[in-house]
Amino acid sequence: MDYHRHLDDELNELRDRVLLLGGEAERALERAMHALAARDDSIAREVLSHDDEIDRLEVEIDRQCIDLIALRQPAARDLRFVISAVKMAPLLERIADHACNIARATIDLNTEPEIKLSASLQRMADHASSMLRAALDAFTARDAMAAREIIKRDKEINDLYNQLFHDLIAMMVSEPSTATRDARLLFVAKHMERIGDYVTDICELTVYMAEAAIIKHIH
Amino acid sequence: MNVTEELRLKSKLPRGDRHRRVTSAAMTAFTAACTLFAVGVLLVILAYIAWQGIGSVSLRFLLDSPRPVGEGGGIGNAILGSIVLLLLSSSAGMPLGISVGVYLSEFGRGRFASLLRFVVDTLTGIPSIVTGVFVYTIVVLPLKHFSALAGGIALALIMIPIVARTTEEMIKLVPQSLREGALALGAPQWRVTLGVVIPAAASGIATGAMLAVARVSGETAPLLFTAFGSRFFSHYLDQPIASLTVQIYSYAISPYDEWHAQAWAATLVLMTLILGINIAVRFFTRKKF
Amino acid sequence: MMSATTPKIPSQFTLPQDQSKASFVSTPAAPAKITVSDLDFYYGRSQALFQITLSIPERIVMALIGPSGCGKSTFLRTLNRMNDVIPATRVEGQVTIDGNDIYDPGTDVVDLRRRVGMVFQKSNPFPKSIFDNVAYGLRINRVTKSKTELADRVEQALKDAALWSEAKDRLHQSALGLSGGQQQRLCIARALAIRPEVILMDEPASALDPIATSKIEELIVDLKQQYTIVIVTHNMQQAARVSDTTAFFLLGKLIEVNPTEKIFTAPDQKVTEDYITGRFG
Repeated sequence: MDYHRHLDDELNELRDRVLLLGGEAERALERAMHALAARDDSIAREVLSHDDEIDRLEVEIDRQCIDLIALRQPAARDLRFVISAVKMAPLLERIADHACNIARATIDLNTEPEIKLSASLQRMADHASSMLRAALDAFTARDAMAAREIIKRDKEINDLYNQLFHDLIAMMVSEPSTATRDARLLFVAKHMERIGDYVTDICELTVYMAEAAIIKHIH
Repeated sequence: MNVTEELRLKSKLPRGDRHRRVTSAAMTAFTAACTLFAVGVLLVILAYIAWQGIGSVSLRFLLDSPRPVGEGGGIGNAILGSIVLLLLSSSAGMPLGISVGVYLSEFGRGRFASLLRFVVDTLTGIPSIVTGVFVYTIVVLPLKHFSALAGGIALALIMIPIVARTTEEMIKLVPQSLREGALALGAPQWRVTLGVVIPAAASGIATGAMLAVARVSGETAPLLFTAFGSRFFSHYLDQPIASLTVQIYSYAISPYDEWHAQAWAATLVLMTLILGINIAVRFFTRKKF
Repeated sequence: MMSATTPKIPSQFTLPQDQSKASFVSTPAAPAKITVSDLDFYYGRSQALFQITLSIPERIVMALIGPSGCGKSTFLRTLNRMNDVIPATRVEGQVTIDGNDIYDPGTDVVDLRRRVGMVFQKSNPFPKSIFDNVAYGLRINRVTKSKTELADRVEQALKDAALWSEAKDRLHQSALGLSGGQQQRLCIARALAIRPEVILMDEPASALDPIATSKIEELIVDLKQQYTIVIVTHNMQQAARVSDTTAFFLLGKLIEVNPTEKIFTAPDQKVTEDYITGRFG
């Protein structure tokens, strides 16, 4: 009996770490977007300085997964959970990296005159962070249904990105003097689009964990 | 730190520990004393027999047949008789006893087997003189005279239950996995028993058989009613035959000192004979694998 | 996509298009070596196996797992009628090997056991020489015609059991002088000597150290080329390592049979998953 209790404890600890990392990534994204909207350098720097903590958390999760596999030889649902965790950690870390890139873009943009942020960029940001939050909830609840629903929402982000892409290109053409800033915003949009893809990957892992079904590359 | 704890630290041995050691030492000493006593008594008997008997033992004594008092004589016919009787009884008692033991352990299930086991147990407990009288009634009386054959039958009857039960026990000690291993190779049951089980138990069975031989070679009472005894060399199985035990018995109750000395010597010879058989059997059935 | 972009492969290495496709979509089921249907087994009045239905394809390793007393060993022993040895046992249902009902009154049990070899939990070499142990089955079944043929078969069996190099210089010494792992391989050699079609193994490595165990496991995987192997094991990792198919037993019932990788990553039944993950009960 002891054995199971300890295994459960370790698996719970691992799950908590993954959620903590997820929370950190989510916060980084929100803070970066806030910095962008508020033209606030200090918040942007805060996001950047916090990234080390996130990297450290990712390494910890890695190590814990390796230990679990080596020492506990998890099988079936435990194995699927550990595998999901080990694959999810880098995704979350990369989401945080994208947030950092947004923060860097913010700092650069702040050296130039203010530009009106497009409403669709703000919507993309809201969308990406709500998807991420929902994806972490679905992971916690092992809810494959919810995860599948979230995957469908990635299309909206992609649509928003495509629209923004055209808008910004149009702006660059019509007003070449602001092209640098427009390009930076385009990168910000691209970062957000990538975050949407990572959230999709996270949801695929949740489906794998819950149903042992590999749905990668088929939707 | 409480008081007992302190005390325990002061004395080098903890209280419980010392008590335990003293008890252990006392018990060891007691069991050693018992062993020494038992072995000591045995050694004293052996030494006394040797001391009393060795003086009369000579080659002539071993080969000659008995002579009247004052003329010396020997126990050659009795040694031969004992050997004949043991061969007779073993050749009947061992195969029968071993077969019964094998049956009981390998095939003995159900009512018949438990009845047989009960009968065997009862036979072990029957006083040997009763066996002698029984054989006297069914063999000696119909044939109208004492005979070596009757003696052999009586001794065989004593051997069978001993051999049967020891064989059964020894075969039961053979692990079931060995039988299953042979069965799993497509061996029929009888080949498993003959080729694997009995060889695996062979040294145990031999020890049991030796026990039986040692036991019957000391029997006197049943022989008085069956083989009777003889003062001459005889090799006829339908005639009375001498045996060491009967010879010892009749010399020991005689009034002559010379015969008493010869009885001691015969006892020494009997003892040596049993020892010799024991060693020989152990040598031939020693575990080869 | 395949036809357009893959580089040209010499034609003798390619399968006709439709055939390769067919084998990819659904692997044709391997022929069943052993078929068990509605098998019930009783020790006296207590029922030990309930309605076991299972088919074991040829030349695979099937592992039987489950908690102690779940009936997996009993089931294994129904496959060579080893339970016949135990008094007051009763079998209902059907076990066929190559289509022949082994519980048919006309079945020759001795012949059945020649075809279905068995290796036991505790190695049980006979108290004979190494050579005589391996030769035992050959001799009682009168398989060989000459001494040299007998010696050849013994040598081959020892080689197949990966024991030849260790035993060749002491063939006529006692088998009991071998180490535990060697004794178990000797028992495997003994079973292999009579060239059975199926080998049953009842926890063959449970008493061995990890190195001896891995030797036995490698051997099992090698033997799969020629034999159909059914192995009972308490060691889940061992089942995972050696078997192609795993059957999970619980309280005398067969709960689940699936490819081993499926059992260990995503079993169909919740109880199987609970057992595999160590959360049983």
